[in-house]
Amino acid sequence: MAVTVDLAATPLRDLNRRLQAIAGTSNETEFHIVNPRGAHALAVGLDAEVDVLIEGHVGYYCAGMNKQAAVRVAGNVGTGFAENIMSGTARCTGNASQSAGATGHGGLVVIEGDASARCGISMKGVDIVVGGSVGHMAAFMGQAGRLLVRGDAGPYLGDSLYEAVIYVAGEVASLGADCVEKEMTEAHRAAVAALLDAAGLEDDPARYRR
Amino acid sequence: MVDERKLSASATFPPEVIAEIQRAADEGIYDIRGGGAKRRVPSFDDLVLLGASVSRYPLEGYRERCDTDVLIGARNAAKPVHLKIPVTIAGMSFGAIGANAKQALGMAASALGTSTTTGDGGMTDEEREASSLLVYQYLPSRYGMDPDQIRRADAIEIVIGQGAKPGGGGMLLGQKVTERVAGMRTLPEGIDQRSACRHPDWTGPDDLEIKILELREITGWEKPIYVKVGATRTRYDVALAVKAGADAVVVDGMQGGTAATQSVFIEDVGIPTLPAVRLAVEALIELDVHREVRLIVSGGIRTGADVAKALAMGADAVSIGMASLMALNCNAPLYPEDYAALGTRAGFCHHCQTGRCPVGIATQDPALEARLEPEAAARRVRNYLTAMVLECQTLARACGKSHVLNLEPEDLAALTLEAAAMAGVPLAGTDWIPGR
Repeated sequence: MAVTVDLAATPLRDLNRRLQAIAGTSNETEFHIVNPRGAHALAVGLDAEVDVLIEGHVGYYCAGMNKQAAVRVAGNVGTGFAENIMSGTARCTGNASQSAGATGHGGLVVIEGDASARCGISMKGVDIVVGGSVGHMAAFMGQAGRLLVRGDAGPYLGDSLYEAVIYVAGEVASLGADCVEKEMTEAHRAAVAALLDAAGLEDDPARYRR
Repeated sequence: MVDERKLSASATFPPEVIAEIQRAADEGIYDIRGGGAKRRVPSFDDLVLLGASVSRYPLEGYRERCDTDVLIGARNAAKPVHLKIPVTIAGMSFGAIGANAKQALGMAASALGTSTTTGDGGMTDEEREASSLLVYQYLPSRYGMDPDQIRRADAIEIVIGQGAKPGGGGMLLGQKVTERVAGMRTLPEGIDQRSACRHPDWTGPDDLEIKILELREITGWEKPIYVKVGATRTRYDVALAVKAGADAVVVDGMQGGTAATQSVFIEDVGIPTLPAVRLAVEALIELDVHREVRLIVSGGIRTGADVAKALAMGADAVSIGMASLMALNCNAPLYPEDYAALGTRAGFCHHCQTGRCPVGIATQDPALEARLEPEAAARRVRNYLTAMVLECQTLARACGKSHVLNLEPEDLAALTLEAAAMAGVPLAGTDWIPGR
C-alpha cells in the first residue's frame, strides 16, 4: 500500500528525511507524493529500493544523486533532473529542463517528452533515453554511458565527447567538436532495442544512427 | 671582446621573455606549468603590525592566553566544523599529488585539529582515514562524485574557481593519469584531462542557492557549505555567495598555486590576495554577516605573520596549499639530478605538471612517491603548522589580543601606497588610505 505525502502540508525536509531514512529499514516501499508545486531538491539522495511517484511538476534537481530508488514524475521536471544519478531509475512523463541526467554515473533516466540544453552533460556511465528531442550540446563532455534520442538533436551534439555513446533516430542539427558518426552494427541495434525496452518505449532500432 | 658594462637587457624583452617567445615559436603551444604567480605583487609583506605600547597594552608572550579556534557553519549546519587553529590545508587533488602526500597532510592537520580538503577526482580512503576533519570539494567536473563521499565529509566546498586560474578549468596531464586516477575519474588512462570550468547543472547565484539547498537536503543539513572563488570581482562574488546561502566563503588570491595550468593564467588572471581580503570583508560587513559567514583566505600564505595580517584585515582563517607542500619537501635541495632532468633546480621548480616530482609529492610514479615517507613528511608539516600558529599568537599577543580573531585593521599599517590602497589600511606614519 502506497504512502501518500501531501507536499502542500509537509515540509520538504520532512519528506526527504523520511525517504532517505528508508535504506532497507522500513517496510514502506511505495510513496505517492502530491502537490509538489515545482519544489526543488525533491526526493534527492535516496538510497533504497523504493518507488516514488510524484504527481505534478517539479523544480531543480529532482531525484538528484539517486541510488537504487525508482523515482517517477508525472509532469515536467526542472534543471538537473536526476543529476549525478548512481543507480536506480528516474523517469519523467513530460519535458525536462536543461542538464537532465548531468554527470550521472549509473542507472537509467527516461524523459518521455523533450529535454532541453545539455542533456547528459559530463555523463559518466548513466543511460539516458529521451522520447522526444534534445536541445543544444547534449552529452557535452560525455565520458561514459549512453544517450538515446528518439527525436531530433540540437546543435553541437556530443561536443568534446570522451567515450559516451549517442544514438539518435531523427535529425541532428550539428555535431560538436570531437564527435564523429560511426557505423551501426548489429550489436548497436541490439543495444538500442534493449535501451528502448528498459525505458518502456517502442521504436524501430533500424531508425537509429550512432 | 664584449664589454659587459655596455650590455643592457631590455626591460620589455629580458632573457626569460626572449626564451619564452622562442619556445612558443618552436612548439606552437602555450606553456603549462605548476605553482603560483611568480611575479611580485603587493602582499602581506607590505603591511606591518602595530605592536602595543602606551596607548594599548600587550599580553605576556608565554603566559597569557591567546586562543586560536574557529567555528565554521554554525548558522545552518547541525554539525559545524570546529578548527583548533585558523590554518587549514587547501584542496589538492589525488592525481595532482600522490596518496602519500595526501595522507601526510591529513595526519599533520589532524594532529593540529584542523582540516584538509579533497580535490578533483573525489575522496580517497587514505585521506579520509588520515584526516579528522575533511572538506569535500564539489567541483565542476564532478569526477568521482559519489553521494556517499559527501556524506562521509565534514564540510562541502563548492568550487567555482581558484586563484591560479579564475575562469579556467582543471588540467591533469596524461603522465599522471594512472590506472587508479583514471578509474576514479571515469576517463581513459594516460590521456590529458581537461576539467570543466563551469558547473554542469547550474549557472549564476540564483541557481547556486538551489544547488546549496540540494546539497543540504542530501546531507541532512548537517554539514557546513563553503563556496570557493578565485579572486577577481571579489566584492560581488562574496556577496552573491552569501546570498546563495554559503556558511563560509573561500577567497583564493592570484598567488594561489596549481599543479598544472597555462602560465598566462597563473600570471595574468585574477587579483592579489591582499585586495581580495579587503573586498571580501567589505561585502560581509555590508551584508551584516562578518564573523558569521566565515571568510577563509588563501593564495601566498607562508608565515604566522601572513596569518596574523589576514586575520587583522578581517579573515576568519587561512588556507595553505603550496606552503604545505614545501613543508613536505617541495623544492628541497634533494635529488639534484632529477631537478636537472626537468631543466630546473631546487628553489625554482614548478614542474608539477610533469608528474616527475623529484621529492615524490606531485607524482603518481611509485618509485618517486616512495621518496615521501608519510610519517616523516607529516611530522614536518606538523612542525611547520605549529610554528606558524606560534608566530601568529606571538603577534596577536603583542597587539594585546586574547584571541587571534580579535586582531583588527587598526593593528595594521602599510609600507607602500599600493598596499595601503589595496588593503585599505593607512600608509605607515599617516592616517591616509588612498582612495578614501
